[in-house]
Amino acid sequence: MRARESSISPSIDLLAVVRTLLWRDLLLAMRRRSDVATALLFFVIVASLFPLGVGAEPNLLRAIAPGVIWVAALLSSMLSLGRLFALDHADGTLEQLLLGAAPLGVVVAAKTAAHWLVSGLPLVVIAPVIALQYDVAAPLYGVLALSLLLGTPVLSIIGAIGAALTLGLRGAGVLLSLLVLPLYVPVLILGAGAVDMAAAGLSPAGQLLILAAILIVAAVFAPWASAAALRISTE
Amino acid sequence: MRHWPLWSNGANPFCNNINVLSALELECERGGRRLFRGLSFDAAPGELVRVAGPNGSGKTSLLRILCGLLTPSAGEVRWRDTPIRRLAEEYSRQLVYIGHAAALKDDLTPPENLDIACRLAGVAASREALAWALSAFAVPERPVRQLSQGQRRRAALARLLLSEGVPLWLLDEPFAALDAKAASYTEELIARHVAAGGAVVYTTHQQGAIDASARVVDLTVH
Repeated sequence: MRARESSISPSIDLLAVVRTLLWRDLLLAMRRRSDVATALLFFVIVASLFPLGVGAEPNLLRAIAPGVIWVAALLSSMLSLGRLFALDHADGTLEQLLLGAAPLGVVVAAKTAAHWLVSGLPLVVIAPVIALQYDVAAPLYGVLALSLLLGTPVLSIIGAIGAALTLGLRGAGVLLSLLVLPLYVPVLILGAGAVDMAAAGLSPAGQLLILAAILIVAAVFAPWASAAALRISTE
Repeated sequence: MRHWPLWSNGANPFCNNINVLSALELECERGGRRLFRGLSFDAAPGELVRVAGPNGSGKTSLLRILCGLLTPSAGEVRWRDTPIRRLAEEYSRQLVYIGHAAALKDDLTPPENLDIACRLAGVAASREALAWALSAFAVPERPVRQLSQGQRRRAALARLLLSEGVPLWLLDEPFAALDAKAASYTEELIARHVAAGGAVVYTTHQQGAIDASARVVDLTVH
């Protein structure tokens, strides 16, 4: 019997599950590139509207640059959060993930990581280009990118809790924003603050280290909260 | 936790006379309406259980309770005398649940879908085994988006061929949208799994040959 080539492994290889989920979600993103492009274009357009609206006063632009870029990143990350679990919920694959061989927290963490790779990492890469429009001093590009590199994963991780809680609700998108945006405030303050500090000639290390600490705490605990929320909202 | 021996080592993993699955005084309420109460039944190894009842009687809810996706309002489900709540994914590894939705990604091909489903369930299947299972169900290799309803169902059911070592199958309307040939092939698979000592709980509205050998849990009387 060919079927004997398949067997249940007595202990599950968690890394293999994480790899499979990452591969799956990245493959799906590759096949639906428009979804990825939408969030990225949204970021670029929102961040580009400010110089047009505020006027070309270099000092003003330099002053608002970190805040504006960070707010644009928050909104762009919100935009794609709704899809984190909703698509899997709609086609029934989420039920299979809940019944998977790995603990649900691990599954959620892997899905969140894939979400960040698709929607967060491109922002980190493109942010210095956006900063050009604001005449931000060249040494700040690195600090801006680094603050986004530490901050955007937190947005995905915390956002996943909101996405899990609002799964399957009517008007989930708006509710998700109301639920999650207030939680993004510390990340926004620290992220934009780091760039401000660097602009003032001070060391941004304090803000960046706190961001890193938030990232670590969130990465360890938040997936389990998301998992609990998912179980509730799929009942 | 004790792990069941691999199917491939030749021993029958199910030879055990205790009931593998027990439902104890289950009660289910959905949207303020009570679907059933005081529902108890057991499934022994090698037993086929058909959940019967009209539309809206709670068949899907019962299956979701049995696989742990839904918490019953009262009562509990036990797997080899341990409540499934406590076993969590330890229990998930012992079952295959094929629900109403085919659980396929529209943008992936059937082999990709099956491969991912198997990996996530902790079942290792070679590329040849995947292709063999899909061709046994005559699933064309096109993105799932282009498949008909019946072809999607067959792509979902192909997982059963790779899950012969999984002791418990929970199948929600496995014959829906299938043509006669695919339906009888699925019946054959179920019969073979039961004969090998697996337990199968399924729901159906179609009349089939295996219904005669099934123990019926009728939701209308609960």
